[in-house]
Amino acid sequence: MRAPNAFATAIVLSLLAAAVSAKAQVPLTEGIQIGLSTDNVSITAGFSGADLTIFGSLENPDPLVARQGRYDVIVVLEGPPKPVVVRRKDRVLGVWVNLDSETFENVPMSYSVATTRPLQDITEPNSYKQLSLGASNLYMQPADAGDSPATIEEFTAALRERKSATGLYSENVGGVQFLSQNLFRATVRLAPNVPVGTHKARAFLFKSGLFIKESSAQLEIRKSGFEQSIFRVAHNYSFLYGVFAISLAMLTGWLGRLIFRRD
Amino acid sequence: MGIYLPIAEISVNIFVLLAMGAAVGFLSGMFGVGGGFLITPLLIFYNIPPAIAVATGANQVIASSVSGVLSHMKRGTLDFKLGGVLLAGGIVGSTGGIYVFAFLRRLGQLDLFISLLYVVLLGTVGGLMLVESVNALRATRSGAAPVLKKSGQHNWIHRLPLKMRFRASKLFVSVIPVLGLGAGIGFLSSIMGVGGGFIMVPALIYLLKVPTNVVIGTSLFQIIFTSAYTTLVHATTNQTVDVVLAFLLMAGGVAGAQYGAKAGQRLRGEQLRALLALLVLAVAIRLAIDLFVTPPNLYSLSAVGLN
Repeated sequence: MRAPNAFATAIVLSLLAAAVSAKAQVPLTEGIQIGLSTDNVSITAGFSGADLTIFGSLENPDPLVARQGRYDVIVVLEGPPKPVVVRRKDRVLGVWVNLDSETFENVPMSYSVATTRPLQDITEPNSYKQLSLGASNLYMQPADAGDSPATIEEFTAALRERKSATGLYSENVGGVQFLSQNLFRATVRLAPNVPVGTHKARAFLFKSGLFIKESSAQLEIRKSGFEQSIFRVAHNYSFLYGVFAISLAMLTGWLGRLIFRRD
Repeated sequence: MGIYLPIAEISVNIFVLLAMGAAVGFLSGMFGVGGGFLITPLLIFYNIPPAIAVATGANQVIASSVSGVLSHMKRGTLDFKLGGVLLAGGIVGSTGGIYVFAFLRRLGQLDLFISLLYVVLLGTVGGLMLVESVNALRATRSGAAPVLKKSGQHNWIHRLPLKMRFRASKLFVSVIPVLGLGAGIGFLSSIMGVGGGFIMVPALIYLLKVPTNVVIGTSLFQIIFTSAYTTLVHATTNQTVDVVLAFLLMAGGVAGAQYGAKAGQRLRGEQLRALLALLVLAVAIRLAIDLFVTPPNLYSLSAVGLN
């Protein structure tokens, strides 16, 4: 139950801010909060991708800045990190063979971004790098740091390209919309093959190109349904599963003979 | 109608799989082979990951072999003793195969190795069969009776020690080549997802000189156990057996096999062999093309720490 928490935090923050402002008469500092209606999402086996909506609010927005549209929000849904091997095929005697490979540690399995405007219009490339924000700014840690920078560069690019091609890394420009001066709605894409596990939703607030604040929430994505139970059994009780597969095959063969016998 | 395969983790069309099973069942009924060598490449063409195609192919082979063996048992064309010795070799071979399979998967060379094995084996077997059957067709056309090798002829295999008598096959032969053959087939079964009938049958006929009528039943008998063992080991070490996929293929397969057997009775032996040879060669060529054509994606991702 994180909504009440967020609410409580918001109240505390604004009270604090009010106390500070009453004393010093400085402009209120903006903040950002996001709330998820649920902290776990179950997807069925036939899941063919969906949009996940995340609501959030700005705290103490400057009405003038808001009216001029100079607040920008970037929302990221980041999948659980896992090590990944990237392999490259090369021709050996005319045949395409997986030859070179590079292992990366802790690569987010998915990375969906929603923004108010195109990334390059929001802020400088350097601040993206500092925040490690955006699929092209994610730092991929190579397992073997001894490899040449050119090779690492090449495989990092290939990794990003493959992830985008399969929809796991996506960017939804215009996916964040302000519903009012404070309230915004972000729509991030869940790919059909979205990984299960703990995902992290993060929201970044920018004001006239400057990073102001970040807030995050966690989301558990689970698979459910008949097919998922089979998957679980196959992994947790693999011996029994194998015996079942064999018995099913023998039974089908025997029934086939019984039903269709012609001698 | 789409169905989601729990292990392969992709959505496929249920009717395509049933039709695939039925078509392969038809051909296997017609030619008296298990059909694994057709199912596995077909699944790979249908974008099922090769590791899953192989393990599931082995599972599907059990069903077609069981229904085949039941009819051979009734006709008495099954040599249990010979099958048992082949099986002993088969268990050793497929255990080795599973380790090689897991090792290649870690290296990232599994897909390539599977394709290469298919191309080489199907190409060789298909080529030899085509030559043999075309010669036989020519011979019958020119009026001469087809010359089959007599079982009395001996080759180097029959000079090996540790001889054993197989009554149902009217055979007195060393166990070494029998065990070796079983091991080889077991190895292929675990790496290629095939029962190995397309190699076992000619090997039993030409190398061991087993009477042709006993060959198919005996080979099917040992294939049941080898592929059951392969299925079990794949299920436990690689978790690559997709039971939903296997069941759809089996359901189509057992029905198709009956019609195939009926159709097969109308064709002559050498015509059947020539057709089968062409089919085997076609699959080999299709797989070979994939090896040489530039793939659309040179880069691939895989998770670390399988097994």
